[in-house]
Amino acid sequence: MGRISAGCWRWAAAAMLAAGLLAPAAHAQTSGKTIRFIPEADLRSLDPIWTTAYITRNHGYMVYDTLFALDEHFKPQPQMVDTWTVSDDKLIYSFTLRDKLKFHDGMPVRSADCIASLARWMKRDGFGQVVAEAVAEMKAVDDRRFSIILKKPFPLLLEALGKLSSNVPFIMPERIAGTDANTQITDPTGSGPFKFVKEEWVPGNKAVYVRNPDYVPRDEAPSWAAGAKIVKVDRVEWLYIPDPGTAVNALAAGEVDWWQQLPADLVPELQKNPDVTIAKVDPLGSIAVMRFNQLQPPFNNRKLRQALLYVIDQKEIMTTLAGDDQSNWRTCYSYYTCGTPMASEAGAGALSGPRDLAKAKALIKDSGYNGDRVVILTATDQPIVDRQAQVAAERLREVGLNVDLQAMDWGTLITRRTSKEPVDKNGWSIFFTWLVGPDMINPALNFPLRAAGEKSWFGWPTDDKIEALRTQWVEAPDLAAQQKIAAELQEEAFASVPYIPTGQFVIPTAFRKNLKGVIVAPVVFLWNVEKM
Amino acid sequence: MFAYIIRRLIATVPVMGVVALFVFSLLYIAPGDPAAVIAGDLATAEDIARIHAKLGLDESFLLRFGHWLWGVLHGDLGVSIFTNLPVAQLIGQRLEPTVALTLTTLAVTVAFAVPLGVIAAWKAGSWIDRLVMLVAVLGFSLPSFVLAYLLVLGFSVELPLLPVQGYVSIREGFAPFIAHLILPSIALGLIYGALIARITRASMLEVLSQDYIRTAEAKGLAQGEVLIRHALKNAAVPIATVIGIGVALLISGVIVTETVFAIPGIGRLTVDAILRRDYPIIQGVILLFSAAYVLVNLAVDISYTLLDPRVRY
Amino acid sequence: MAAVELAAPLPRRHWLTEAVRRHPTVILGLLILLAIGAVAVLAPWLGTSDPLAVSPIRRLRFPAAAYWFGTDAYGRDVYSRTLYGARVSLQVGLGVAALSTAFGLAIGLLTGFNRLADGVLMRVKDGLMSVPPVLLAIALMALTKASLGNVIIAITLSEVPRVARLVRGVVLGLREQPFVEAATAAGTGFLRTLRRHILPNTLAPVLVQATYICASAMITEAVLSFIGAGTPPQIPSWGNIMADGRSYFQLRPYLIIFPGVFLSLTVLAVNLVGDGLRDALDPRLARRL
Repeated sequence: MGRISAGCWRWAAAAMLAAGLLAPAAHAQTSGKTIRFIPEADLRSLDPIWTTAYITRNHGYMVYDTLFALDEHFKPQPQMVDTWTVSDDKLIYSFTLRDKLKFHDGMPVRSADCIASLARWMKRDGFGQVVAEAVAEMKAVDDRRFSIILKKPFPLLLEALGKLSSNVPFIMPERIAGTDANTQITDPTGSGPFKFVKEEWVPGNKAVYVRNPDYVPRDEAPSWAAGAKIVKVDRVEWLYIPDPGTAVNALAAGEVDWWQQLPADLVPELQKNPDVTIAKVDPLGSIAVMRFNQLQPPFNNRKLRQALLYVIDQKEIMTTLAGDDQSNWRTCYSYYTCGTPMASEAGAGALSGPRDLAKAKALIKDSGYNGDRVVILTATDQPIVDRQAQVAAERLREVGLNVDLQAMDWGTLITRRTSKEPVDKNGWSIFFTWLVGPDMINPALNFPLRAAGEKSWFGWPTDDKIEALRTQWVEAPDLAAQQKIAAELQEEAFASVPYIPTGQFVIPTAFRKNLKGVIVAPVVFLWNVEKM
Repeated sequence: MFAYIIRRLIATVPVMGVVALFVFSLLYIAPGDPAAVIAGDLATAEDIARIHAKLGLDESFLLRFGHWLWGVLHGDLGVSIFTNLPVAQLIGQRLEPTVALTLTTLAVTVAFAVPLGVIAAWKAGSWIDRLVMLVAVLGFSLPSFVLAYLLVLGFSVELPLLPVQGYVSIREGFAPFIAHLILPSIALGLIYGALIARITRASMLEVLSQDYIRTAEAKGLAQGEVLIRHALKNAAVPIATVIGIGVALLISGVIVTETVFAIPGIGRLTVDAILRRDYPIIQGVILLFSAAYVLVNLAVDISYTLLDPRVRY
Repeated sequence: MAAVELAAPLPRRHWLTEAVRRHPTVILGLLILLAIGAVAVLAPWLGTSDPLAVSPIRRLRFPAAAYWFGTDAYGRDVYSRTLYGARVSLQVGLGVAALSTAFGLAIGLLTGFNRLADGVLMRVKDGLMSVPPVLLAIALMALTKASLGNVIIAITLSEVPRVARLVRGVVLGLREQPFVEAATAAGTGFLRTLRRHILPNTLAPVLVQATYICASAMITEAVLSFIGAGTPPQIPSWGNIMADGRSYFQLRPYLIIFPGVFLSLTVLAVNLVGDGLRDALDPRLARRL
């Protein structure tokens, strides 16, 4: 029976350490043509129709393709569609698919696949539901040709088929698209430029994609989601590194090539590094949102919501969220993304003027607020949410509201916010979030602006005037008319306050200098990028 | 001895039973509805009710516990709420980095801490002794994540000697494997090592004051031989005990270390799961850790027979 | 006959200097603890601003005259938050130590004396003890709302089994002792036996254990807050301040260094005091250390 003396241990450890130290320190590994990318979140769901989470949308753009796609001018361009015609009465759209489109399992893409995918999309997506109301029938003529027959003209149909952000009408095989819209799919077969390597997927750590050699890109130059999607590397690894301190060091050391979203505060740190480029590839940025629960007290009271328009300081929230560097944020006193056609400051006086706490307190008193508990939900793992919540909570306390700030993780928050109960039954009063610019550019796409009571997004505001104006907007004949209606709608919004926009900000991205061809767009695309 | 092992293994069954009950109760009394999470943020109340029924969440506690236990005994630890992947598969993917980290830490700390404790005991009262004890107490008091950040700052950023984060499997090369594990092992092992050093010193002091040591020295044996062959061997039992207990410390520390160093191990899996309330993963991991802890203690008990011939089962 | 010369008497030293000379580390530990305790109690008056006051204009400023320890990502004064953080850590440490000692004593005594309780509770204890304490605390926190009270309860629950086992061991040993048997034979009531014979002998190891639990609880709270499963984020605890400062570690290391130093010092002090207590209360161990 051997006894393991301390001596043996010591020699063994010393030998191991010596071997490790004497060998060359290999921490900048040669990775050939692999891009190592830090994504904005952890990929959990593979179903971009079932969830609106941006990370799953990004995954969708890797493995799926769309019928139409938005280019950098917001114009829908054909992607999987080759040619199409519209009947004179604008009620029949006939599409012909491109040649040689194939799914990752080798099966060709057929009309039936497209129709099934669109049907599933229309059940979940807000805009899709609006489209569904206008559609009479979707019919396959043959395997490559199908028609969409409308009940009434819907000028935005192509924009809908090329919707840029969640939920995107990705095309899946019919067998998968036939899954009930409320059940997540697990099979990532698509017809996109990348294939998902499910065997190497480690949730919480790594997701792996390889180039799809059978993908046939278009001829046009790439422009946002449109044009040629040419993959110039063999492999892309998504490495989820939640700790920003670790991510900074990994990027600086070359252990990763591209960090999709870095906190603005860390930009100065990386700017010092000669091998790293910091870019703002997102021209429209994102809009931060403060959302009220209008089914329960105290925010079922319009005056109280209006009072807060005098309290929330966009400059303050943006500075906390996006740093002192003002090229990273701007104030946006509009219910539409600033920098787009519908944006204006109509009706925004309360929010855009100087902060007036006295007036706010007066309005609060006027509203009859009697000390009801205000439950603010915040997510500690989402800085953009948390920063807003912390600042707002303080300011709300200062004007005398009884604030109860509750911290949880994002996953729990999105469950809590589904509750319509009063606050003492685990309900909520306020939560914060953000949406990408393209999702908020007009009344049709801006789903937080929907005010149809319980059928609306969490918070369930009710304002019939807003709903009526939206319908008018969709049917407006030209840009001038659209802008006029949009402004009217916004004035009503500032009166009934479905939510408070808390600022517009850009999240910087950082990649090493050996990556070329990064597309400047509101959504991250991994085609066209090559690694020198 | 064989019979002893069998008896001990059988005795762990009720213990694991308690753990299983506790772990399952976690899910049962937890707030929040996994059905709501599964249904997604756009779901309606009917959707949630439907999924509720499908998951069998309406059945009684005993029935659900029974189902779950049956599955566990067949190796089916359930399915993660968020990713729809089997828990056993998720755990399997993450096992290697955690085991590698734990073993390396164990090896390194024991290799350093035991000799330091021996030396401190040998030179009891001298400056070496005080220094070792001081470092040990400091090591015990410094939170491991603070130490981890300091190490990264020192050795990966200021002096780019070692990698910042990540894990490389030993199959891809021994050098990168070790290089990636050095800093995490130190960060993880310092508390553990401090404890071992202290107990080693204490135990050695107790032994060194014994008569037979004086006899050995009087006989003219070399110091080294006295220390190791006679003293350490007899002091080994409490040291082995504390190594076993320390494994619990290691497991706790692994959670933080893996987070800071982005090592894709079970520690990080657990933290993510707990924060997201992904209960099937939480249950599976706690069961696993407990089983590991119980087995380690069994191993320690068996090691007593190797270390101390008076111990016979 | 010559007068016997008496040796000069030894100089009498003040008891304080004697104490310091013989147990320097324990005195050091006590001094540090007193200082931290004073800081915790006097925090509002020690030149602090409101630890919760958010001021984004002044975010992430390095230590300067206006804010001695700098400001965090929300512009909050780190100096104030660190001082108030002492309250949280001390509350957690002392709270957990007290509660786990109380419950552990109760359960340990119960299982030491009652066979049935022993059989059942021992299994439960073994089961709970096989789950690493930090993991247990995190899991318990996952079940409830984040609050200081819940953190204390969660950590207590993970420490109670150890105390209980310690007490049980002592009680079982004591029951066999002749003096206890003699007392029982003499007709001493159970409660009296407990009070005069059992309890005094359990107190020493339990007290020592309590100090270590205090130290361990403070670190556990920091770890919990660091992961995001601890005290609510706006409450200034050292763990929370460090958790907030994680992302900025290279830009603003002071966000981790100041609370980290305070935490380490406090834990160190408690450990030193614990060591001292052990030396004082257990002569057998004192000889070694």
